[in-house]
Order: sequence, then structure tokens, then C-alpha cells
Amino acid sequence: MLDRRQSIESPRFHPQNIFSWPRNKTRSRWFTLMSVSEERPSAASFEELAMPLFDQLYNFAHWLTQDRSEAEDLVQETYAKGLRGFSSFQPGTNFRAWMYRILRNSFLTSRTGLKTMAALDDEVESLPAEVATPESLLIDQSNREMVQQELASLPVAFREILLHCEVEEMSYQEMAETLAIPIGTVMSRLSRARAALRTALRKRIEGGRHGV
Amino acid sequence: MACERWSATPEQFDRYLDGELDAAGARDLSTHLRKCASCAADVLERVQMKRAVHAAGIRYEPSAEFRAKIARSVAARPRPRMALLRIAWIPALVLLITAFLLSSYLGRERAARQRVYSELADLHVATLASSTPVDVVSSDRHTVKPWFQGKIPFAFNLPELAGSEFTLVGGRVAYLEQVSGAHLIYQIRKHEISVFIFPQSAGAMRSLPSGMANAASFNSDTWTKNGLRYFVIGDASGDDIQALGKLLRGV
Repeated sequence: MLDRRQSIESPRFHPQNIFSWPRNKTRSRWFTLMSVSEERPSAASFEELAMPLFDQLYNFAHWLTQDRSEAEDLVQETYAKGLRGFSSFQPGTNFRAWMYRILRNSFLTSRTGLKTMAALDDEVESLPAEVATPESLLIDQSNREMVQQELASLPVAFREILLHCEVEEMSYQEMAETLAIPIGTVMSRLSRARAALRTALRKRIEGGRHGV
Repeated sequence: MACERWSATPEQFDRYLDGELDAAGARDLSTHLRKCASCAADVLERVQMKRAVHAAGIRYEPSAEFRAKIARSVAARPRPRMALLRIAWIPALVLLITAFLLSSYLGRERAARQRVYSELADLHVATLASSTPVDVVSSDRHTVKPWFQGKIPFAFNLPELAGSEFTLVGGRVAYLEQVSGAHLIYQIRKHEISVFIFPQSAGAMRSLPSGMANAASFNSDTWTKNGLRYFVIGDASGDDIQALGKLLRGV
């Protein structure tokens, strides 16, 4: 576990280096890729831009559908649509958000998607109150499976925004583009998704403790 | 020992960790975290959550076959097709333009030739229909040839007809495309045959191919010689037209 006192008192305290969160690195790699397409808009082919996204798109599709063959269908449809519509993609704009948007729309119109996203009118609800617990929630690598299970049982809207933020490390702006929602909604939905996950994990940990 | 200032807005911690807090806010919170243990604990918990979700979220890997399938579907199709289109584009255009120019050129040629032949046929028919078909009436070439002197801007020779079935009826001045030329009328077995002689340089006559032709049932023959364009046209048989053509070519 991280030595809190030492880290916080370090003169180089900064969220990006103290917690070694790789957000900046990831983004700069992406911006480089994007700027390539800006310099030579016609030269960067669909293949060159889309294939590096293959793993993360598949991972995301599998998380959404919770099924391998459905995820494969979804990714295949996404690439087919992307290829067909590539001429309408504006070079210099965010290609990754564009691809995720295609994937998401394909998912929403699929049978599974229609079922799971039916109850996504969640923006008006107030945030669940942050539960102040005396003990902090201890999550580490050994809890990976537990986190996966809880993530999978979250509503799809929460699951996808958490994946976008923590796995794909999208900026709020990029998430807003991908999900086609205002940035304020991104922030509120993200907070609610985190709160929901935290609550679920707490219950699980406490339940497990009581059960033992 | 909850911290009043920051714990009221805990989502600021998330925004801070997401790198989305503005510079001033981040500096503020960063300073605060060095002093406030309770907020630091909260932030740490959120960091752990982020890490846990990050680790848990990278879960599914596509199969190698599926990757290959998608790679093929995006690579194999568009590229060669685009390349092919790019390569095929220029020759296709060149071919199209060539075909267009050729067809319009040939069309113009054909139209011009057609015009010349119909004008000659008209001249031939109109002359025969007139009460005075010829202005110089003579079967003697030595009378007819000098008659044209000063009337047309060139001179020509006429063949000796002795021993052939053709007879010279006479001659007149004819005009084709504003150019004056000689119009001679020959006869063979009641058939009248017109022979036209024009300077070769005039208009559509320049590009006319030599040889026999048949238009509106008139047989005709044409050729050039010594800068003059000869036409033989009439309702006589092709053989007779050819025979007269041969005589005229011989002089």
C-alpha cells in the first residue's frame, strides 16, 4: 500500500505522479495519432487508425454484451460501419470517440442493447448520498474478480462510463463526444457510477466479513 | 474529523484525480491534501478505486482468429480497390476523351463527305433536268477544253474516247463550296455521266477518300491527280463509271 504521509508531503505532489496515474501519457499518445491524421488527412487510412483500437473496442464490447459471440458481432459491425462511413469522418477530430460512438449506437440498436439500456433516463435523479464510512475501502489486485463481478452487475450506463474513464482513460470531453451527452452529465453520471460501485463493493466486503 | 471545506464536494476529488480540475483548483486541493489527513484518506481510497477498476476493466481479449478476420476485412478490401481506382482512372479518362474526339471527328468527316456527294448528285440531276444542260456543246475534247480557259482557275486534260463506248456531250462551269470547277457530261448507252473537276485544296474535298461509292443509287468514283479532285457520278453501272474513271485517270 502507498505510504500516504510520505507521498503527500513530497514536494512533487501531483495527482499524476504521486499516484503514478498514466492518464497524461495515454492521452499524449493519442494526440500524436490524431495529429498524424491532421497533417495528412487523406493519407491515414481507416485501417491505420482503427486497428490500434481493436483490443480496447473488443474489451468494451464484451463488457457491454457480456457474451463473446455477441461482442464479436458488435465489433465486426462497428468496423464494417466505420469503414463504410470513413469518408464522413472529419480528419483531425477524435477518431476514437467516433469509433466508440458507432459501437455504442450499434449496441443500442441490438436486441441486448435495447433491453439493457431501456432504463437509462437517470439524469434527473439525485446522486445517492456519499456514505461516510469509518474504515476505508481496501481494494487491491486480489479483489480483481470481485470488482469485475460488481462492475458487470452495474447498470450498463454506469458500466460504460466507468470503463471509458478508467480503462480507456478518456477525458470528460471525449466521453461527452462518445456518449453524445453534455459534459455536465458526464460528470454527474460518473459520480453516480462511482458511488454505486463503491456502495456495492462495501456491501460485498462487509457482507463477506459478516459471513466469515 | 471530517474536513468541512472539501468533503462537502467529494466529486472534486474525482475530478482532480481524473485530471479535469482546472489548474487553480488542482493547486488548491494539492496544498490542502498535504495538511488534511481525512481528505488525503478519501483521495487515496478513490485512487485505489480507480486502479481497481482499471485493472478489473481490462478483462476480455479478442481471439487471434477474430482479430485476423477484422484485419482482413478492413485491409484487404478498401486498399487495392482504391489503388486500382486510382490507377484505372487516368487511362479510363484518356480512353473516353479519345473515343469522344474520334467519334466526333469521324462523324464530322462522314457528314462532310455526305454533303459533298449529295451536292454533286444534286448538280448532276439539276443539270440533266435543265433545258440547256451544257454551255459548250461538243463531242470534241479539243473544243471543250479551251472553252474553260479563263472560266476556271486550272487546266486539265480530257481523254481520247475513240474505241470506247463513251461520248462527250459537253461542259459547263459548276460550283461546289464556292469554288468553281469543270462539269463535263459523258454519255454511254443513254446514260449520262457527270465528271466534276475541282481544285483539290477546296474545303471538304481535301479529306475525301478515293474510290468507288454508291449514294442514292448513283454510282460514283473519285480520286485526286495533279492537285485536282475528280468525281465521276451517274446512274450508269458501277463498271461503266469505273471504266470512265480509268480513261480519265490515264490522261
